[in-house]
Amino acid sequence: METRYSFGGDEHIFVEVDHEMSLDAFFKALSITGAIAEKKIAGVTEICPANASFQVKFDPDVIAPEAMMAELKALESRAADAPKRITTRIVEVPVYYRDPWTHETLMRFRERHQDPDGTDLDYAARINGFDSVEAFIEAHHSNPWFVSMVGFVSGLPFLYQLVDRERQLQVPKYLRPRTDTPKLTVGYGGCFGCVYSVRGAGGYQMFGITPMPIFDPTQTISYMKDFMVFFRPGDIVKWNPIDRAEHDRIEAAVKAGTWSPKIAEVEFDLAAFNADIDGTNKRLMEALNDA
Amino acid sequence: MTLEIVKPGLLTTIQDLGRPGYFHLGIPIGGAMDRLALIAANRLVGNDEGAAALEAVFIGPQIVFGRDATVAVTGAEMPVMIDGEEKPGWTALAVKAGQVLSFGYLKDGARIYIAVSGGIATPPQLGSRSTYAIGALGGVDGRAVAAGDVLPLGDSAGAAEGRSVSATLRRRPGAPARLRVLPGLYWHRITEESQANFFADTWMVAAEADRMGYRFKGGRPLEFVPRDPPFGAGSDPSNIVDGCYPYGSIQVPGGTEPIVLHRDAVSGGGYFMIGTIISADMDLIGQLQPNVKVNFEEVDMPAALAARHERATLVDQIRAETA
Repeated sequence: METRYSFGGDEHIFVEVDHEMSLDAFFKALSITGAIAEKKIAGVTEICPANASFQVKFDPDVIAPEAMMAELKALESRAADAPKRITTRIVEVPVYYRDPWTHETLMRFRERHQDPDGTDLDYAARINGFDSVEAFIEAHHSNPWFVSMVGFVSGLPFLYQLVDRERQLQVPKYLRPRTDTPKLTVGYGGCFGCVYSVRGAGGYQMFGITPMPIFDPTQTISYMKDFMVFFRPGDIVKWNPIDRAEHDRIEAAVKAGTWSPKIAEVEFDLAAFNADIDGTNKRLMEALNDA
Repeated sequence: MTLEIVKPGLLTTIQDLGRPGYFHLGIPIGGAMDRLALIAANRLVGNDEGAAALEAVFIGPQIVFGRDATVAVTGAEMPVMIDGEEKPGWTALAVKAGQVLSFGYLKDGARIYIAVSGGIATPPQLGSRSTYAIGALGGVDGRAVAAGDVLPLGDSAGAAEGRSVSATLRRRPGAPARLRVLPGLYWHRITEESQANFFADTWMVAAEADRMGYRFKGGRPLEFVPRDPPFGAGSDPSNIVDGCYPYGSIQVPGGTEPIVLHRDAVSGGGYFMIGTIISADMDLIGQLQPNVKVNFEEVDMPAALAARHERATLVDQIRAETA
């Protein structure tokens, strides 16, 4: 893992902690961005952590770019020694796989896809070596996921599967991005899952939809009254497969203000996870079940 | 205390200087594409520089004033009409309640800014009135203005009629437009020949050019330095492990058509970037029409900071003229 620094014009520094994705790179980026926030460096206007990199926006009239760069490099060595452990929350997110809305959309954009004769799930199952779509869906929701970045558009979480690399599902993005994606589509591209927080363009494969809104600019939904964005980096997600009836029930209950997601507070320790992945995940899911 | 939208034009949005602080959640800074023009318009009518005004692209709106006010139109060159009579741009104009502001055909540039004394007083969200339609934030119920919308105005005595910003202070992109770039980010991912070609070629603004980003076409495709795709990035050589995108950064999906991210940018994604437009030239991009020619010019950090200083001096000169 080698950290690479670059200026993004005269107002940003882009820091690639590693060129490939890993939880080690994510935790290092999280530690450094935490240290930057804590230091309250005059001139820093935005700190944006990402999957295996991060970005700082600064005002070069307040701090010279070279001085800003030196500050970040000094913080990197400090962050390397920080324990890779966080107190976070695990959230159960219902998913209606093979729903009619993403199906309609994926058929509409079929000519932009690697497999114009199938569906996104057929394709993803096949290239990942599964005998059936059912088995692929099972692999998608049987273990938890980690929110390794929030962004792209309003409150969209990027999710990284908490399994060893051999078991991680990977799918390419669409050959050409779509101009439309249903709101709350559960997508997948590269090694990242996502939930499209709003309707719009997108290039990820579409597997299903959740009835759980995750961005609410009106701040009227019961679990987003405090803030309009639900997810934060470090959150853990457990997909819960549901059918159409359950989807519609939850959707109505969200509107009525009577539904909120199941959430439990948990500790996540990267060393413990690396030592025993299945045991750690079992413990995380038990905490959720007890919530 | 209001103004009413009779015709919205093509896409007219309420914009101020934006909502910094939420990019890490995918909510962009937003605000006026041409900040210099917004500041000038606000100063001409006696507003705070960051008051909310209307930004109209390509086609001007038609609006009727609900009270006496001072209005100023800056940015692109587009004939300004009050009750059908042509008036000068970049100038404080007095209007009476019931008078109609309308516009002729666009002559140069892409976006006009219409500031009204008191500023537009729609409710701010996350500290800004700027319209960010994708996130349904700001504007009128999170959207662009529509015919029949009645917009509230802040209280103001209005400024004196007639003062204006000199023609020499109205910055224009030129033809071909020159956009200065600080190479960096994933610059090393393309060959030296492609690096040279990028600056040697003349590019054209493509049809996909909006508040999120401007796409360019016409230059030679970029060649990549060979590599094994890193885990999680995707197999295309233009893919990276999804990371943050700086404002002004130039991503090149598939190595073919560069896209410069602007005020309503997506905050991150999986395409590599070759560098970033310097802060001083971001306003100019907002005045580019599709099909105009653009040259990208390589600069280093000292040159970027010198250009930033020059732009700040220009703002000071506008302030002095409108004090």
